Amino acid sequence: MPLAKGRNPLYAASIWFALSAIAIGPILIAATSPYLAYRGIAYILGGFAGIFCLSLMLFQALLAAGYLPAIGIAAARLWHRRAGSAIVILALLHVGGLYLTSPEDTLDALLLASPTPFSVYGVVALLGIVATALLVLLRRRLGIRYAAWRLIHNAMAFAVVLATIIHALQIEGAMGSFSKVLLCVAVLAATGGVLFDLRVLKPLFFRRRGGQTPCGGRDARR
Amino acid sequence: MSHIFRTRRHVLATTGILGGAVLLQGPMALLSPAQARGIAPTPSMRGGSNNYRPNAPLVESLGSGFLVFGTVRRAQDGAALGNIRVQIWAATTLGGERDRRNHGSVLTRPDGSFQLEMMQIVPNFGQPHAHLAYDDGAFQTVFLRPVMPSPKDRSVRADFVLASA
Repeated sequence: MPLAKGRNPLYAASIWFALSAIAIGPILIAATSPYLAYRGIAYILGGFAGIFCLSLMLFQALLAAGYLPAIGIAAARLWHRRAGSAIVILALLHVGGLYLTSPEDTLDALLLASPTPFSVYGVVALLGIVATALLVLLRRRLGIRYAAWRLIHNAMAFAVVLATIIHALQIEGAMGSFSKVLLCVAVLAATGGVLFDLRVLKPLFFRRRGGQTPCGGRDARR
Repeated sequence: MSHIFRTRRHVLATTGILGGAVLLQGPMALLSPAQARGIAPTPSMRGGSNNYRPNAPLVESLGSGFLVFGTVRRAQDGAALGNIRVQIWAATTLGGERDRRNHGSVLTRPDGSFQLEMMQIVPNFGQPHAHLAYDDGAFQTVFLRPVMPSPKDRSVRADFVLASA
């Protein structure tokens, strides 16, 4: 837990405040976009479902690894699962809202025939999210070893995060440019930082001490 | 803060267009009128026909503040085509691309040019863009989907070169 500085409540509060501001700020700014007045309700809801997805991704890796202060690992993992479920539902709502708004544009995107360069990244993220959800639901049934499953889960989550960020950055829409870039940088830093720590730094550190290679973080498997 | 980013992108886009124009000017100027005659037809663009409503009514305008304009010429000889119906639609401050109020047709003038004033086009599905169609049978159907370099642009241009059907 490299980030946890004892039990200083001020430290914990400032971390949570900063993360919440980076995650919620873009949603509030998008809510003031003049474009919303020109859009139907399905388009607005679909768009915001996408923004919420991006915001939730800021917390996912940090929750899973137990790096956030003032929340126990069991609670953090519980919220990781809840946020994961929310991301799946929001991604489907995003596509559903866009489909109701313009079936042709949405089908073009899903069939990779869209003129917009960001659509393919959106589709990659969507497929990654659906595949991740299936892998979560079928982990026991597939009989994959937990350490192997986690490695696959990490890799897929990182691919989803990358694709989502590229998708979001290329879109000209209701989000404010600055708050969007800030959120994307934060999501990439949080996810990349956690993975680098768990998959590169910790294994090196443990190996040097002759210990077992950990599968990462504190193990809260059930 | 968002202004800085938009402006920088705007500057980059403008520079790119100007640079491209300068690069094109040289070789284009060397072309004699005879060589310029071999004009290739404009291909339809990806997604160009999305939310098309065939036979949008002929209109004087669909609002004000934004101009969609361009020319229609014939392939091979590049002759200007007058009295050709061009159908235009886009997401504007009035509403989405499927909104009837955002669909209208205009006829080209004898010099092949056309223009339609409408409400400000706003980004739709991630890009600020217009849709234009030629779909009247005498020539092959063409659907265009020009993207504006900036959502703040007040006009967008699209040119047709039509091949005989």
